[in-house]
Amino acid sequence: MAANWPWRPIWHGRLHGSELTWSIAFVLPYAAVFVAFVIYPMGYGLWMGSSPSLYTELFSDPRYVAAAVNTVLFVGLAVNVQMFLALLLSGFFARRRRWIKVLLIIYILPWTLPAVPAFLSFHWMLVADDRGLIDSLLSALFGIDGPYWFNHGWLALACDIVADIWKWMPLWTLIFLGGRMAIPQDLYDAADVDGASLYRRFLHITVPLLANLYFISTLISTIWTFGDYTPVLFVSGGGPAFSSDVLSTLGFHYALDFAHPRLGVAAGLSALPLLIPIVILLMRRLQMTEVQL
Amino acid sequence: MSVALFSGRPGRRPYYGLRRLLVEAGSVALGAIIVIWSLIPVYNMFLVALDPVGHNEFAGEIWPPHPTIASFVALWTEEADDVEHIWGQFGNSIYIGLLVMALTVLVSSLASFAIGRMRLGKDWTLSNTALLTYVIPSSTLIIPFLRVMHIYGLLDNPWAVIAAEVTFATPYAILVLLQYGKLIPIELDDAARIDGASVVQVYLRIYVPLMAPVLAAVGTYALLFAWNDYFYQYMLLMSERHMTVAVALEQFFDDDDAPWNYMMAIAIVYSLPPIAIFYGLRRYMATGLTAGGIKG
Repeated sequence: MAANWPWRPIWHGRLHGSELTWSIAFVLPYAAVFVAFVIYPMGYGLWMGSSPSLYTELFSDPRYVAAAVNTVLFVGLAVNVQMFLALLLSGFFARRRRWIKVLLIIYILPWTLPAVPAFLSFHWMLVADDRGLIDSLLSALFGIDGPYWFNHGWLALACDIVADIWKWMPLWTLIFLGGRMAIPQDLYDAADVDGASLYRRFLHITVPLLANLYFISTLISTIWTFGDYTPVLFVSGGGPAFSSDVLSTLGFHYALDFAHPRLGVAAGLSALPLLIPIVILLMRRLQMTEVQL
Repeated sequence: MSVALFSGRPGRRPYYGLRRLLVEAGSVALGAIIVIWSLIPVYNMFLVALDPVGHNEFAGEIWPPHPTIASFVALWTEEADDVEHIWGQFGNSIYIGLLVMALTVLVSSLASFAIGRMRLGKDWTLSNTALLTYVIPSSTLIIPFLRVMHIYGLLDNPWAVIAAEVTFATPYAILVLLQYGKLIPIELDDAARIDGASVVQVYLRIYVPLMAPVLAAVGTYALLFAWNDYFYQYMLLMSERHMTVAVALEQFFDDDDAPWNYMMAIAIVYSLPPIAIFYGLRRYMATGLTAGGIKG
């Protein structure tokens, strides 16, 4: 059939003549943005962080080692917990009830709030010798004295992780909710007829169909969380004594507080061995994906 | 017929009522947990915003002793020092947000039309190149980005922020558009081509109308991205004239005796437009952000 149409190869094979000119013209705006604002700054950054002496300086700094461990913990825990909970909660929000639709508006509030004051509010809730809102609530409701949340590196990091989950889980819940809406209802109806339980419906219909979306979203979220320094900087401030710093905040300290921008760039570039495989994985995954709805 | 329908109906079992009750009770309990989880930090923001002076952040109050909406009134009238330019700053944020939205939609839809519909090169080379943007964390890239903007002469210029935000929003937009574009049969383009439509006509009359929901979703995503970004705005904009709300919020940290009630009031007002946008476009957003992810 396809062979009968003489112009078909023009669209689907190699482009020729004016077609090629047009397609290049269409890509040109993005190519310009990419060269001017991605290639050039990236090249500049790689050049800034190219001296090996920067990395000897970096690896001999105990703060750097601690920050590298914290980064892995922060990104790994925050991303995976929020993705998994978002997947479960999307099932709850998919229920067709009016009050659940209203609840969804409340639930997405953290995502719509500007990050700086929202995380500052988190900080106030926890900090200050039992005088934050959480400590007040704990003692009023249960008679418990809350711990000093930011006196210990691990506890401070845990607070940052909770804050990050609070802020970004709504976005991923919305994305998974959209994914669930796209699953044909007759699959669930068929499962109903067969007497499948809620759990089995989730395991045998929802999970396989959302697996790819879940995987892609997790990769993207990992990449974005790496670059996001606001939860750590504004909730725990990297304290006590830099013990809850992550690479992005440490780079920030090096560049601004210690006026050593090259070291700051090097701190960020040292994450490349982790980030490059993730981006390659994402590319391969997207390349494989063929949509067949 | 009616007998068959009735007896074939699932769930007509003795324990069905009890199970349903349990499910309902469970979802109400879960709903309560979600409300508490989502609102406690927001409630804390209101506690500070409703304080007459905004220095109660460590007071340990559960309920504001003297609630007042003075901070919101001050915002409205711009009468206090810290909020005297607030509506101009809102204007700057909206200006940047709308331009980021328009440019991201334009640039990414043109690129994904050429890559996905016209098959420029191989499908994956160009779209994958875009994702390379995310290889270096954005918090690291800002340092060379500042130097580059200095070389371009764009420091303290809203266009520097617009360029940065378009740069970071576009790869994800192209990804979503390419995935969703696969759902539209290529035969539509072919048919239009037989009828003598030009490339631009295929783009304008077929691609854009059919992709409208996704374009709306991608645009909303770009707008919210620009709205939420504080880092690039803070680093790239310095002067009073170009200052956005995000930068103004950061300014409170420079003040030893900052009126936090104003800061929190600004934050609360600032979050209203995204909620309104989400509410208006929620149906589009759900389709656009996920299409293509189903069935690997």
